[in-house]
Amino acid sequence: MDITFDHVSYVYQPNSPFEHRALNDLSFSVKSGSFVAVIGHTGSGKSTLIQHLNGLLQPTEGKVQIGDYVLEAEGKNKRLRDLRESVGVVFQYPEHQLFEETVAKDIAFGPQNFGVENKEIEKRTREAVKATGLPEDLLNRSPFDLSGGQMRRVAISGVLAMNPKVLVLDEPTAGLDPSGQKEIMSMFSRLHREKGLTTILVTHSMEDALAYADHIIIMNHGELYSEGTPLEIFQQQKALEDVQLDIPEVIAFISEVRKRLNIDLEYKGQTIAELAKELAHKVRGGGDHE
Amino acid sequence: MGERQVEFRNVSFRYQEDMPWVLKDVSFTIGPDEWVAIIGHNGSGKSTIAKLMNGLLFPQEGEILVDGIRVNQETVWDVRKQVGMVFQNPDNQFVGTTVRDDVAFGMENHGMPRELMVKRIEESLSAVGMQEYKIHEPHRLSGGQKQRVAIASILAVSPEFIILDEATAMLDPKGRKEIMQTIHGVQKERDLSLITITHDLHEVTQASRVIVMNQGEVWMQGTPREVFSRKEHVIEIGLDTPFISKLADHLKAEGVSLAREPLNHQELLEELWTLRSTM
Repeated sequence: MDITFDHVSYVYQPNSPFEHRALNDLSFSVKSGSFVAVIGHTGSGKSTLIQHLNGLLQPTEGKVQIGDYVLEAEGKNKRLRDLRESVGVVFQYPEHQLFEETVAKDIAFGPQNFGVENKEIEKRTREAVKATGLPEDLLNRSPFDLSGGQMRRVAISGVLAMNPKVLVLDEPTAGLDPSGQKEIMSMFSRLHREKGLTTILVTHSMEDALAYADHIIIMNHGELYSEGTPLEIFQQQKALEDVQLDIPEVIAFISEVRKRLNIDLEYKGQTIAELAKELAHKVRGGGDHE
Repeated sequence: MGERQVEFRNVSFRYQEDMPWVLKDVSFTIGPDEWVAIIGHNGSGKSTIAKLMNGLLFPQEGEILVDGIRVNQETVWDVRKQVGMVFQNPDNQFVGTTVRDDVAFGMENHGMPRELMVKRIEESLSAVGMQEYKIHEPHRLSGGQKQRVAIASILAVSPEFIILDEATAMLDPKGRKEIMQTIHGVQKERDLSLITITHDLHEVTQASRVIVMNQGEVWMQGTPREVFSRKEHVIEIGLDTPFISKLADHLKAEGVSLAREPLNHQELLEELWTLRSTM
């Protein structure tokens, strides 16, 4: 689904001493099928932005369009239900929202609310646990007996069982160990491709933004600071530092190699192995005078 | 009082009798002025170690000695004076309505005289760079600032050991940097040992020693360099190695000879610089 923000502003507690403009005149668009990373330091407006994607918040000014659903400042914004069926949001620490007696019941909760038939729910549940890599024999266990990583997969399965077309992920790897982080991110990457989803990833990890996104949006003080492909964005080291963001380690290292060793090296999406090959060649004096 | 150290002697722990052991025969010693990083996959027993260290839990087998004193129901309050702990979630560790009250809370529990408390509040808040925030409400601070106040509250009691249990995991990169700078500063200025439980590989490379946990057992102890030079094994138990360490491996495979396992950009760049100038 195409997503468009058209001059969107959002103000928390307007006309009170606590008035806070979290989004300010924000405009951007996301093509259906893209994998977009939203980055920016804490308080830059990322969370407010994603809460507009399934109508948890409605713009104070401007217009948000997701597929053919329109959220406007004025007016009632009907069909929110349809919107929420299409946009699945995995919030931070989603396992904190588990509540049912069994894993199966927890996964079924969302689709049941939307009136999906039991047979269809069963089918979707099996698909969802398969997609998230949970063994089927966990379905009748209590979600609270599982490990943290498994609980998170149960929560994600619940979102997937809604069959969303847009998947919104708010720091989905926070608190997981390195291999858990890698597993969860490659799972989302696979789902994105296989199901033709539009994926919006909010992350503090520049490494994940570089590895998985095809487009990056940088937020700062509720405004769009910059957007582009990962390669475009991460070439601008100074601009990123100005808004307290890092660059991915591989790009930082390459820039140090250029400066300190006077070796002409550039990041073009190489794997570590490719980079090592190029670097080894150039350290030996190859490539410079040829 | 014995010597200044935390010692685990053949410690085993499980939450309930019908549940599997979370820690199995764990032994190690942490001495004065050390910075020890404890790493391991989720569920490897890292946080249980932290909780045993300051008597939030007690082991079924083996014993834990803090400065030679055995940790049990009777000694737990003395132990907690020596072992402070910062938890993962910055929102779960505040009791005071102002930063100052919050820092005072721990000291009040230990019955310190008022003049000393006033002095310690000043000292510990300035050690973490939060002296300007004395009368601020803790819940309005950023995540990084909250964790710095939590560290100040512990410093105020003047412990010998501080445990940071994934204290940076819920913070953004800026908050993480704040905490790491604070920790560096505190460790330099104060006479204390640090125990950090973390998944952050940059934090690990800065420690003086690493204890690697796997399925409730101590899998390896050594310097960060020793640990990351055993990459294949580290990856096998669900951990990752730093980017620089991976790159060094691939460089070696390309026939570049490196004198030692590099831990950071600086070290690898220096080696490459030497190689380049001798070519």
